Amino acid sequence: MSHTFTLDGKTIPFEDGQTIIQAASKAGVFIPHLCYHPEFKPHGSCKLCTVKVNGRQTASCTMRASAGMVVENNTEELNAERRALTQMLFVEGNHFCPSCETSGNCQLQATAYHLGMMSPHYDHFFPSRPVDASHPEVLLDFNRCILCSLCVRASRDVDGKNVFALSGRGIKTHLIVNARSGNLADTNFTLKDKAAQVCPVGVILVKRNGFAVPIGERRYDNVPIGDSLETATEGR
Amino acid sequence: MNAPVKKKLKVATTSLAGCFGCHMSFLDIDERLFTLLEHIEFDRSPLTDIKEVHPECDIGIIEGGLCNAENVHVLRDFRKNCKILIAIGACAINGGLPAQRNHLPLSAILEEVYHTSPGLSNGLIPNDPELPLPLNQVHPLHEVVKIDYFIPGCPPSGDAIWKVLTDLLAGREPELGHGLMHYD
Ligand code: SF4
Ligand code: SF4
Ligand code: FES
Repeated sequence: MSHTFTLDGKTIPFEDGQTIIQAASKAGVFIPHLCYHPEFKPHGSCKLCTVKVNGRQTASCTMRASAGMVVENNTEELNAERRALTQMLFVEGNHFCPSCETSGNCQLQATAYHLGMMSPHYDHFFPSRPVDASHPEVLLDFNRCILCSLCVRASRDVDGKNVFALSGRGIKTHLIVNARSGNLADTNFTLKDKAAQVCPVGVILVKRNGFAVPIGERRYDNVPIGDSLETATEGR
Repeated sequence: MNAPVKKKLKVATTSLAGCFGCHMSFLDIDERLFTLLEHIEFDRSPLTDIKEVHPECDIGIIEGGLCNAENVHVLRDFRKNCKILIAIGACAINGGLPAQRNHLPLSAILEEVYHTSPGLSNGLIPNDPELPLPLNQVHPLHEVVKIDYFIPGCPPSGDAIWKVLTDLLAGREPELGHGLMHYD
């Protein structure tokens, strides 16, 4: 059998070992995602990339493509579930976009626009999450963390530093900094780290650099997410 | 025979814990306001100064979230009297700027604002019975009553407001495409 599967009826070629999302983005088809990043091992946690393979739901960032699969992606049903997941991410944290430096460049926000999220629907948690401003170059605003673990993977697998980790379980899961004090200033984290560049939302922020790009010229102001598949340059 | 005169829809608007920015943005539909007025008439609104919502109001548009007991009262009154309720702007939809106080205890905020902050020589926390009591936390509207439609934005543009209203008047499900849909 040939090395192809169908995605919403379109024939997609793949190479051995490729996941569905990898093959799809190579073929120019967008599958919404938040914890997937082409440069890192998949984490499979946000479930935004959920597709139906032969009628059953699965995460397309962890599922390997195989010949003859029938995959559904851009359907009412899947997008409604993705929208619900996105709404939960908004209410679990504190996402006040008008005061967020990442607004306009944010993958969560752009994904919510893409999915037509008109409201957060659920009750807000309004959690209390103090920021970490200890580091001279970088501010951590945990209010916006969506626990995608990209900074964890980047620091561990690329920088070899293990600066970040996810701690706790279930709804109590949160991002921590590996230092006895818990402060970023007490780690060997620097601006040059890969981990400083991968956050898809507005948590890991470079100090003295905010709101540098005017409204109208930010990343997703003119081109919605998914319209240009710059997968190799993801992150900010 | 003459065609029956089409009844104009009654539209009420108000600002709760908001900054009136959404109302200003509403005025940004500019001369389209005249087109709109062929289909609607304003009921209770800062634009008319009518104080009570008509019991058979068609559409209520609410800016701002819920920061005190009076806000909740007005919201419930709108819900009771309007067939369709629209939450407009970030504050109505997620609490917005006023909700940035939510992780602080209310007593600490009142202490600091009226009592301990520099420049206030031992000010007192106002307790006139006329003043509505603040809520412990600021809440968006949909957490208290059912909201039928939302127009996100801080504020939404005049074009976004126009799009939602014209969709509704035409009997379509309101939709904001790229460019009109924004949260900031
Ligand atoms: S991280 Fe994204 S969604 Fe959250 S406040 Fe910032 S721009 Fe909005
Ligand atoms: S800080 Fe950013 S990159 Fe790290 S887990 Fe949170 S959202 Fe993901
Ligand atoms: S992108 Fe696949 S689970 Fe997050």
